[in-house]
Amino acid sequence: MIGVIDYGAGNIASVCNALTYIGKETTIIPGPEKMERCDALVFPGVGSFGAMVDNLRERSLFEPLFEQVRGGTPYLGICLGLHLLFEGSDESPDHEGFGLLEGRATRFTKGKVPQIGWNHIDTLIDGMPEGWAYYVNSYRIASSSHAIATSDYHGTFIAAVRTGTMTAFQFHPEKSGPYGLSLLQWWLSCLQRE
Amino acid sequence: MLAKRIIPCLDVDNGRVVKGTNFVSLRDAGDPVELGKRYDQQGADELVFLDITASHERRDTVVDMVGRVAREIFIPFTVGGGIRSIDAIERILKAGADKVSLNTAAVDDPTLVNETSRYFGSQCIVVAVDAKRSGEGWEVYIHGGRTATGIDAIKWMEDVEARGAGEILLTSMDCDGTKEGYDLELLSAAQDALSIPIIASGGAGSLSSIYDALAVGGADAALAASIFHYGTYTVGDVKDYLAKRGLEVRR
Repeated sequence: MIGVIDYGAGNIASVCNALTYIGKETTIIPGPEKMERCDALVFPGVGSFGAMVDNLRERSLFEPLFEQVRGGTPYLGICLGLHLLFEGSDESPDHEGFGLLEGRATRFTKGKVPQIGWNHIDTLIDGMPEGWAYYVNSYRIASSSHAIATSDYHGTFIAAVRTGTMTAFQFHPEKSGPYGLSLLQWWLSCLQRE
Repeated sequence: MLAKRIIPCLDVDNGRVVKGTNFVSLRDAGDPVELGKRYDQQGADELVFLDITASHERRDTVVDMVGRVAREIFIPFTVGGGIRSIDAIERILKAGADKVSLNTAAVDDPTLVNETSRYFGSQCIVVAVDAKRSGEGWEVYIHGGRTATGIDAIKWMEDVEARGAGEILLTSMDCDGTKEGYDLELLSAAQDALSIPIIASGGAGSLSSIYDALAVGGADAALAASIFHYGTYTVGDVKDYLAKRGLEVRR
């Protein structure tokens, strides 16, 4: 059972739809209660970093989610769900992320912001498929030693990170067509090997 | 770099696609899900569903359609047509649409753009602008192109960008339906004035007309309806052509 974290803001229907489409059972996690029973957790974050952290705290989700991720429950962060693993974001300097990975999200300095559209995913590891994915973001992680894929938007930035049981995509796999679904399947296949 | 986007537009009445349903080998040619899937397979980067339902039940039929599309199609899609309230937008987005487009309602009450982009995020809010040449510039029309507003289109787009619109869907009423190419001057003027993405609409005909909208007009995306619906070209044909001429497209 895959738990999809519902912190009130994001549109979680698309993520649930995509996981259902590839044959996985999902359950929506609106509070801390059901989290421990899940085999893996998906966190689709949209909106602003500060609002996301505030919403997680209001719903008493922040600490339990942090403990689950730190404790080794497989985690897939999407968009802001990637930034959450890092120390914070320039979008909301007063709010801290999980700090499980070093670095912080910074704003794109060139081109139209937000980046809206399809960008190419250049993978840095074997087994992860390459293709085009759909992005909507103003902030990004510019570099990380845990990067497994990058994209180029007036300069290279981190498309995906993976370390231990933590995986995160800056783009939206649930909106990236068959390629996006194949990345979700790739993530699930990584879980089986763990 | 971002790929230039190709976006088929489907007109929907009571949850059924009403134009260009002469695709061969479709089980149900009016089914938005089946048509959307076909375009997804062709390589469409997004879809736009334009609701033209006149009845009072429109909102329910649209929300139902959005839910069905979102369960089976995994590319971004926008819903437009007659959306006037925050409540309606919330229902459409929660049902699985990625964006809504506002047209007449934004002109009637521009603060709707501020409120909705703040509440749902700019990336969800597309402002659709129907523009017609008038003197040296272009004038905004509303009510499906029936009512002139006296508003300058370029100024209007700058205004809604400042209010938080995430994208502009810019239709040239002069070119719409002619198949003789997009209004490149309008696109260039908009491109010079705005820093948010522009979706070109109105006038798609030849393959080179789509290239021109993107490469000369500077649009980020090109929307087309009849050339796809009537099978003149597939989305794949368009992308092959654009790639051959050196534009970055997702294939």
